[in-house]
Amino acid sequence: MKVFLATLLVTTALCSAAEAGETLDRIKARGSLVCGVSEGIAGFSAPDSTGKWAGMDVDFCHALSAAVLGDADKVTFKALTAQNRFTALQSGEVDVLSRVTTYTLTRDTALGLDFGAILFYDGQGFMVPAKLNITSAKELDGATVCMQTGTTNELNVADFFRSIGKPFSPLAIEDVNELNNAFFSSGRCDVYTGDTSGLAAWRSSLAKSKEDYVILPELISKEPLAAAVRHGDQQFGDIVRWVGFALIEAEEKGISQANADEMKTSADPTVQALLGVSPGNGKALGLDEAWALNVVKAVGNYGEIFERNVGAKTPLGLQRGTNALWNKGGLIYAPPAR
Amino acid sequence: MRRWVFQLVVTVSFVSLLGLLGFIAAGNLARQGIATGYGFLFGEARFEISESIIAYSAANSYGRALVVGFLNTLKVSLLAIVLATFIGTAVGIARLSSNKLLAGVAGTYVEALRNIPLLLQLSFWYGLLTVTLPVPRAALNPVTGVFLSNRGVVLPMLEPHAAFGHAAIALVLGMAAVSLLNRFAKRRQEKTGRRPTIAPAVLLLLVGPALASWYFSGAPTALDMPRLQGFNFIGGMRLSPEFAALLFGLTAYSATFIAETVRGGILAVSKGQSEAGRSLGLRPGLIMRLIILPQALRMIIPPMTSQYLNMTKNSSLGVAIAYPDLVAIGNITMNQTGQAIEVVSIFMVVYLTISLAISGFMNWYNHRMALVTR
Ligand SMILES: N[C@@H](CCC(=O)N[C@@H](CS)C(=O)NCC(=O)O)C(=O)O
Repeated sequence: MKVFLATLLVTTALCSAAEAGETLDRIKARGSLVCGVSEGIAGFSAPDSTGKWAGMDVDFCHALSAAVLGDADKVTFKALTAQNRFTALQSGEVDVLSRVTTYTLTRDTALGLDFGAILFYDGQGFMVPAKLNITSAKELDGATVCMQTGTTNELNVADFFRSIGKPFSPLAIEDVNELNNAFFSSGRCDVYTGDTSGLAAWRSSLAKSKEDYVILPELISKEPLAAAVRHGDQQFGDIVRWVGFALIEAEEKGISQANADEMKTSADPTVQALLGVSPGNGKALGLDEAWALNVVKAVGNYGEIFERNVGAKTPLGLQRGTNALWNKGGLIYAPPAR
Repeated sequence: MRRWVFQLVVTVSFVSLLGLLGFIAAGNLARQGIATGYGFLFGEARFEISESIIAYSAANSYGRALVVGFLNTLKVSLLAIVLATFIGTAVGIARLSSNKLLAGVAGTYVEALRNIPLLLQLSFWYGLLTVTLPVPRAALNPVTGVFLSNRGVVLPMLEPHAAFGHAAIALVLGMAAVSLLNRFAKRRQEKTGRRPTIAPAVLLLLVGPALASWYFSGAPTALDMPRLQGFNFIGGMRLSPEFAALLFGLTAYSATFIAETVRGGILAVSKGQSEAGRSLGLRPGLIMRLIILPQALRMIIPPMTSQYLNMTKNSSLGVAIAYPDLVAIGNITMNQTGQAIEVVSIFMVVYLTISLAISGFMNWYNHRMALVTR
């Protein structure tokens, strides 16, 4: 404990606060990007059968590495719990946090973070065993609800039950395996609450049959997920934000992993600007002019990342829904890259 | 004198180094825009806690939430310390028994549990309790009003009534009277060499007034019976599986260290002592109680103190199995407010205070034992 405080104090004191350009210089000097991800949540960041990290959050790390270092594979992944992720970022242990993290006011201000583009619009929901025959969260009167400690979920669920004026027993567990056991194996809790994407992920990887558990229709919060960086290094913040936007813009303009090189000959000025054919964007960000081209060649556009990791053909089987492009009925929207 | 100067220099430099670090850290935190100060303690916590000794809801402050965590830490640590002391002492003595089987069993217990990380043991106990026990709907109901399920044990509890308060006051007064009586008996023994029998009087003083004040305040016996409603039991008193697993785990693990401490203390008493006892014709049990243990105690108390301190610290491993102790609540607070340094400083002050209290008590006890045996 004392050691912990001492390290905290020393790191915050000596590894001085992030300054503009500092993170980028450090990544370049190191030759790799250190990316904070989860301990293993399918579709977002989890090691696959060969031990390689995969998921939407992981692909974003590859995209960032492609933009900054010109090579998508120069990433060191660091598994973080919901609890220790912010300390890891603040102390400089990771360069960027790409770990199903909700963009909130407190995190943006009091925690000293900055957020990139919102790359997944999620909401907190409830999952219950199908055999309980529950159809609405309002029926969960007095239920024991499991959640992961260190998340936005603890606060949302307390707010929700306060708003409907019903009691509940919380069970906040830090260790994700212990948490999953409590719901899927022992039945210590009746209900599992978390981001619905996360609930779908656990169900796809842990339930014997998907039909055994239902995710209730109510969404009790907005959980816009975005990458986070340290407040203070605006330049790196800009890079992280625009790598996200580039993925979205690429989908909108029909630039994919397969056709990225051909698209360089496109007559569309926005495509030319994005792919660095007409220079300027790279210089403004302090990156190579081919940054966005490298990104799309490495991981594809936003739609490709979505379908590959969490889309209809994956075990998670999520529809685009709110995560469709703005001109296709969703919320995914990027400001113009010019 | 030289030593004092040296100590002073070291202390001053340490404190100024800490101050300097704090100063730089504050500057950096400000530049990163990270919030500082203790004002957050008054803010609304907005999260629920699964178990609490005092009334608490999400509408209370972070400060109160941390107090809830602190009391939960105290609750489990104190109980585990008491239980582990009894079990550890028994096992330590059993390991020295001439009965091979008993010594063997005690030895196996110590060697096995001492070498498995506590975190793993907690996980095991928690899994055992929650997986093997049925869901509330199918709860075991061995006696009317008692239910055993994976939500824990629920027991009937007496409905609150003023009479219990009166009885408690009477009990405290009774205890004071007993201590007076004890002192009187002691003085009598010193004077006459014969100790008057006070046991019946003690029993009467303890039970009598308490029972009488309960009876004359209306003799309430109404029970708050737990019953299943919806998802869970309501009413009665509940012992959560998180608490039970942490208590079992912490007790079973720490008792092994206490057993070793006790065994070491006994072995350190010279063999001549028990031989002398035997030649006086004392039975082995009496030799242990009257000759060996009082002498061993002086050897046992100091290492025991550090065991107790360890137990208090180890109780924070309960985070892994959702026991809402000080560290668990502090972690949530840290995450919601971003004030890691402040929360960790609270952890330090609290654990330091608990440590000092335990050491203080043990030193006092040690002192007392040392005088008695001279
Ligand atoms: N979006 C929420 C919750 C994120 C979260 O940590 N969710 C949990 C489960 S719903 C998770 O992904 N855990 C994975 C792990 O710990 O490895 C937040 O930012 O606080």
